[in-house]
Amino acid sequence: MEALVASAIGLMTAAGIYLILRLRTFPVVLGMSLLSYAVNVFLFATGRLAVNMPPILEHAGAATPGYTDPVPQALVLTAIVISFGMTAVVVMLSLGAFIEAGDDSIDLGPEEKTK
Amino acid sequence: MTMADLIVAPVVLPAFLAPLIVLWMRFDLRTQRVFSVAGMVVLLALALGLAASASLNPPQVYRLGNWEAPFGIVLVLDRLSALMLVLTAALGLAVVLYAIGSGWDKRGWHFHSLMQFQMMGINGAFLTGDAFNLFVFFEVLLIASYGLMIHAGGERRLKAGVQYVVYNLAGSTLFLIALGTIYSVTGSLSMADLAQKVAVMPASETGLLRVGAALLMIVFAVKAALVPFQFWLPATYTNAPGPVAALFAIMTKVGVYAIIRFYTLVFPMGGTIGALAQEVLLPAAAVSLVIGMVGVLGARDLGRTVAYAVIGSVGTMMLAFAQFTELATGAGLYYMVHSTLAAAALFLITDLVRERRGALGLSISPSAPIRANGLIAAFFFAGAIAMAGMPPLSGFLGKLMILEATRGVWWLWAVVLVTSLIAIVGFARAGSTVFWKAYAVEGEAPEAPRDASAPGLAFTAAGGLLAGLVALTLFAGPASAWLNATAAQLYTPQAYISAVMDGAYERAWSATSGHEGAADHTEEPGPAAPDAGH
Repeated sequence: MEALVASAIGLMTAAGIYLILRLRTFPVVLGMSLLSYAVNVFLFATGRLAVNMPPILEHAGAATPGYTDPVPQALVLTAIVISFGMTAVVVMLSLGAFIEAGDDSIDLGPEEKTK
Repeated sequence: MTMADLIVAPVVLPAFLAPLIVLWMRFDLRTQRVFSVAGMVVLLALALGLAASASLNPPQVYRLGNWEAPFGIVLVLDRLSALMLVLTAALGLAVVLYAIGSGWDKRGWHFHSLMQFQMMGINGAFLTGDAFNLFVFFEVLLIASYGLMIHAGGERRLKAGVQYVVYNLAGSTLFLIALGTIYSVTGSLSMADLAQKVAVMPASETGLLRVGAALLMIVFAVKAALVPFQFWLPATYTNAPGPVAALFAIMTKVGVYAIIRFYTLVFPMGGTIGALAQEVLLPAAAVSLVIGMVGVLGARDLGRTVAYAVIGSVGTMMLAFAQFTELATGAGLYYMVHSTLAAAALFLITDLVRERRGALGLSISPSAPIRANGLIAAFFFAGAIAMAGMPPLSGFLGKLMILEATRGVWWLWAVVLVTSLIAIVGFARAGSTVFWKAYAVEGEAPEAPRDASAPGLAFTAAGGLLAGLVALTLFAGPASAWLNATAAQLYTPQAYISAVMDGAYERAWSATSGHEGAADHTEEPGPAAPDAGH
């Protein structure tokens, strides 16, 4: 279980970083999404992996079968919403840049003049 | 309503105004302008009131939804937060006035509502006492800044915008990883709670925590544009609309603020993570300063000159903060206030030039004199003198204080003094080429500004920021006394921690199910609970 989650996070991060370093906007956007998936799974795992446990502390002190930490779940939910919105923003922005400039390269181009 | 209830107002007010401007007045620019300016004025008054309150009281806490600290989110007002609020509001007011005066706000949609969202995010980031909430407010201010950065569109601006967004998205991702790492070790994200838990953590178990602390440092360094994470800044600031670039002068300070907050409160010098922060920050700050000022000299475009000066000034103030002493922090804070105002003023002045030069834009090459050449040149050189740190303006005093606080560190003095000289040469070359060689060029003046509705207002806004610099110079004594007291507060984090945490568990317990026997349960959970999930 741990090995599976850890290798999934590692693989997605590696693929994400590789894609971000590309020179065109489409792979970069894909890389950002992959990276945000990796982060979401990572955040989820920060509360330790517990299978089939409720996210509720039933009685503090009483003998409980165990629980899964609810806080990372709330954090992940926030992170998912934000990264989803951000992906939408970056897609619209790259589309805008593509339509204005006629190409989808990330670089600003040789022209140094700002106007 | 007490002063403590007003702590949330700098977040709520713009959060209320922004949708109002979008939904209700989207087709009526005049109402938008009125509400936007009024909002900024109220925000400034609020910030001043909170600053007065913060300077008389110990840190004050606002509990959102009345949830107690480690479980809920708190806003904390101390002197540093109050200082940043005042700086933000003053800058926001100047930027809005300039945008109205120069007509920037009608070249695209929703300038004023994005400005309000931007204010909301920045104010929230300065006030929050919760690390994850800091992330959320970072996102709020970043989303607004994406909109503002590409305001009015254009090919190069959009492309620079994509770079800016991608860079910051990567930064946000790293922020989440850092927070996750810290949470997995401590089981908490409330800054005051973290401070308590980190302080008692045995040194043998801090490996993962150090990783988290170092990752956080990278995140904040990206925001503050410290070398080697400064690459996004020149292209972004040069291609952003003038008033937006001026507003972004406070954005790098959000990163600086977060570094100060975290590395005095949660990971103090000599604490659990040792001198890690200082070892990382000092060289990064020194290299930032050198690269920034060499960039000033090497830039071929007035916008980039100022953008590199921002990098250099962040380096200067981080040199002071990285000493992690009261005296140096006080000096750094003075320099931070100064450099924020100076950078914003220079960006506005640069925009005045760009508006009047037509096709030439900002390139540092002589052209026929622009309209109001004399006045703009005077403004530019006043700003440049302040930024480079020459007497008589506040930059000189700020650098003097930093040198005073780092007496005996010869290499640091050398870096500060040599880079000052480079900056002076750079600014003098740029300014004299653009403004003075103009008189040697034959030909007609470039066409009039595009659609400045009230150029007087634009000049007033830029001049107002310069007047702020003059005031900071004239009242340097009281200002630096106040800032030294702020630094002293930062180095007694116990006041902050006890304001948030004292009695929190008891109150939380007595609030649940009306328990009478609160006294039986005052025993707090062990401070270090690394296995919170089990």
